[in-house]
Amino acid sequence: MNTATFSLATLAPAIPEIVLLALACTLLLVDLFLAERDRHVTYWLGIVALLGVAVLAALTIGRPTAVTFQGMFVSDMMSQVLKVALLASVAITLLYSREYLEARGLLAGEFVSLSLFASLGMLVMVSANHFLTLYLGLELLALSLYALVALQRDSVVSTEAAMKYFVLGALASGMLLYGLSMLYGATGSLELNRVALALSHSQANPTLAAFGLVFVVAGLAFKLGAVPFHMWVPDVYQGAYTPATLLIGAAPKIAAFAFVMRLLAHGLGGLAADWSVMLAILAAASLAVGNLLAIAQTNLKRMLAYSTISHMGFLLLGILSGSDNGYSSAMFYVITYALMTLASFGMILLLSRAGFEAENLEDFRGLNKRSKWFAFVMLVVMFSLAGIPPAVGFLAKLAVLQAALEAGWTWLVVFAVLMSVIGAFYYLRVVKLMYMDEPVGGEPPVAGRADMRVVLSANALAVLLLGIVPAPLMDLCARAITASL
Amino acid sequence: MTGMTISLAIWVPIAFGVAVLAVGNDRNPALGRWTALAGSILGFLACVPLWTGFDLKSAGMQFEEMAPWIARFNVNYHLGVDGISMPLILLNSFMTILVVVAHWEVITEKVSQYLAAFLVMSGLINGTFAALDAILFYVFFEAMLIPMFLIIGVWGGPNRVYAAVKFFLYTLLGSLLMLAAFIYLYWQTNGSFEILDYHKVPLGITAQVLVFLAMFMSFAVKVPMWPVHTWLPDAHVEAPTGGSVILAAITLKIGGYGFLRFNMPIAPDASHALSGFMIALSLVAVVYIGLVALAQSDMKKLIAYSSISHMGFVTLGFFLFNGDGVLGGLIQMVSHGFISAAMFLCVGVLYDRMHSRQISDYGGVANTMPVFAAFFVLFAMANSGLPATSGFIGEFMVVMGAIKVNFWYAFLAGTTLVFGAAYTLWMVKRVLYGEVANEHVAALKDVGRRELVFLVLLAVCVLALGVYPKPLADVMNPTIQQLLAHIAESKLQ
Repeated sequence: MNTATFSLATLAPAIPEIVLLALACTLLLVDLFLAERDRHVTYWLGIVALLGVAVLAALTIGRPTAVTFQGMFVSDMMSQVLKVALLASVAITLLYSREYLEARGLLAGEFVSLSLFASLGMLVMVSANHFLTLYLGLELLALSLYALVALQRDSVVSTEAAMKYFVLGALASGMLLYGLSMLYGATGSLELNRVALALSHSQANPTLAAFGLVFVVAGLAFKLGAVPFHMWVPDVYQGAYTPATLLIGAAPKIAAFAFVMRLLAHGLGGLAADWSVMLAILAAASLAVGNLLAIAQTNLKRMLAYSTISHMGFLLLGILSGSDNGYSSAMFYVITYALMTLASFGMILLLSRAGFEAENLEDFRGLNKRSKWFAFVMLVVMFSLAGIPPAVGFLAKLAVLQAALEAGWTWLVVFAVLMSVIGAFYYLRVVKLMYMDEPVGGEPPVAGRADMRVVLSANALAVLLLGIVPAPLMDLCARAITASL
Repeated sequence: MTGMTISLAIWVPIAFGVAVLAVGNDRNPALGRWTALAGSILGFLACVPLWTGFDLKSAGMQFEEMAPWIARFNVNYHLGVDGISMPLILLNSFMTILVVVAHWEVITEKVSQYLAAFLVMSGLINGTFAALDAILFYVFFEAMLIPMFLIIGVWGGPNRVYAAVKFFLYTLLGSLLMLAAFIYLYWQTNGSFEILDYHKVPLGITAQVLVFLAMFMSFAVKVPMWPVHTWLPDAHVEAPTGGSVILAAITLKIGGYGFLRFNMPIAPDASHALSGFMIALSLVAVVYIGLVALAQSDMKKLIAYSSISHMGFVTLGFFLFNGDGVLGGLIQMVSHGFISAAMFLCVGVLYDRMHSRQISDYGGVANTMPVFAAFFVLFAMANSGLPATSGFIGEFMVVMGAIKVNFWYAFLAGTTLVFGAAYTLWMVKRVLYGEVANEHVAALKDVGRRELVFLVLLAVCVLALGVYPKPLADVMNPTIQQLLAHIAESKLQ
């Protein structure tokens, strides 16, 4: 009976999205009228827009769950918290990227507005309550990112990376869409609540639903970069220019987590027995491949790409537990992971100069001689990624491991633990290079703008402090999950 | 203030470590050095109330502190000491002072980072000994790896990077398995990470054996027990003197401490079932590693192997399950802390002058460094277990404990008195006595005032503990008796 009952009040839950859309469009127009030398205005407007919407989203945290647009869109606590996290992470990405982009003449309006549209896509994904909105958000994000990677037109590697990203991403979208259509056939609905209902009352054709699930999980695994659907990750991470890599590597992981939660935990919760086994296999393969192949890398961005794959394995470990405990652990994991990714790529951006990419492991050689503080920043991040206390990476891993153990995945937990030892090796190598080797011939001291240095330092300190005082964020994640599912 | 005593012992050194980094300046390291010295002394003073205020009649935890840390997983900032952990905390804080004193003219590069690493590590080690919450313990236990990794890797010898990475990965593998055991116990106790709750939780024999082995992997690497000892000679040889001192005197003890705090009380039936295995490994360490030590040509390596052999005594004593054995093992831990530190510092004194650790480069040092030679001989005697030195007490008690269980255990353990004397004294003979070997030795200067400070301090400790160990035994005994009573009860249902 909800036909044509449109009023302004029904828009209220979607205010952050609406405002961001309006600002992104305005930005496009403003950029049109700016002279080439005033490009930084667009850039700062973009950051202000992101932070403003983040504040707007933060103000909604704690509001009761609201569904709108005929059940297509939901604003619940999980989406509210994740929105703040991902908007902040895009804003920080922009902040870190400025010098790099300026030096390469990429700081054009396109970069900023595409980032804003990507953020909008992520917001929609996070709040989607319907197969169509999920897909809409996903595609808005993906298309913006393809374009972003391709932005560096004169670079062959970047273009190749964009091409790969686009072809494989389109394939994944196709699979996902195909799976969703099967699920529609099986359950007769596109709305997640009704799908869940149909599955729980066993009104769905189980064979068809299971088939659909396989395609959906494959599509999700593509987007997350889980093995065996990970082939694009190393190439794109390495090939794209670093700010684009960071844009792909941090915030979209948060959105992808929400995507998996909406689709699997909420919509297809009735098939948990099926998908948890699939996720377990994906997780085990990701942990093995990610950690083992990272050892062989000499390019830091590529190494971090493999490290991402292994971290997605850990994330899946939390999700496949299928309990509130597991979901909130995974949520904590993904937020802290985004924080660590920001800091690690932030370091690469900091060390890069005009005409010089600090993306090889060798470029970190003897960093301690060049800047004690930023060597320490990188040390904290590396140990956090390796899961060594007191940095937050340890607690994040602990949380997902205990959730998986609770759910009875003992072999997977032991496997994950063994793989982290292997993983520790390549993070240690970075620390070794920074502290135990001499810098290669007359390296200059670390430069970088003051704003970036401050934010990067704060970022690393947050990684450390969240490990010492994790309770507020953990509780927030736990509350968000209980209030949302 | 008593409510904060342990916290102070942990956080004072760490705070000073951060302060040293902040004031540190590589061109003018004096300020950093004095700050570090002040920090280490204050850190030690912060521990003194633990000794003076210790209740000798109580076997339980004292100076307990408790605050929620991560409420969602029921993880608490829970600290406390008993007769086992308190002496080790004191030992650690004491050693930190020596390390700071010992570095003075030796380390000239990145001084503030070096000192900060030691101070931070000192606090973390105190935390490891005092933690009563498994996750808190794990955090301290693992965080300790970071400064140690840097100490070995940055200030070590030529092959330092290999040694540092080996040390790190060996320890990490062990401790992650222990973490898995903690999480398992968390679910067995219905959501508690309290170590003392783990002591009480009933477990089937299979579970006990698995938990025992997981923790064994962690602590055996630390001790280190044969055959997972291979990281130690590498790490010791490459570490700077201070690193070797802390490694040998303190971090090895964490392994022994772990067996007493975790393995034995949490899995008593498995401990009994596997005691033959543990004793066998310990005896292999005592006898075989003793022989290996005999064959070394590098002084530091020799002392490293001697450490493994002596730590074999410790684990042997623990798994005899009688009062003599456990007390002997514990006293051996403290005594070995002093003696190994002294031996490494002595080698450090020689190394600073000659830049060689090879025994063959020395000879007749006693002629040019008589004062040093006197101390070196004293510590060597202690290392070989001469009565009236601290080395004798622990070894003798362990042998006493062993003879009650099985004559052959005692016999094999007793061989160390021969091997230990052989390798230590043979080294002393080749280094100190005989003709002056070359012009480098002839040019040696005897120990300075700074070096005298730590040599005298250690000599006093070694002799005092050797002549009158009663105060230490009084502190340890109630806790040991309670522990033995606890282990004697089966946890099977």
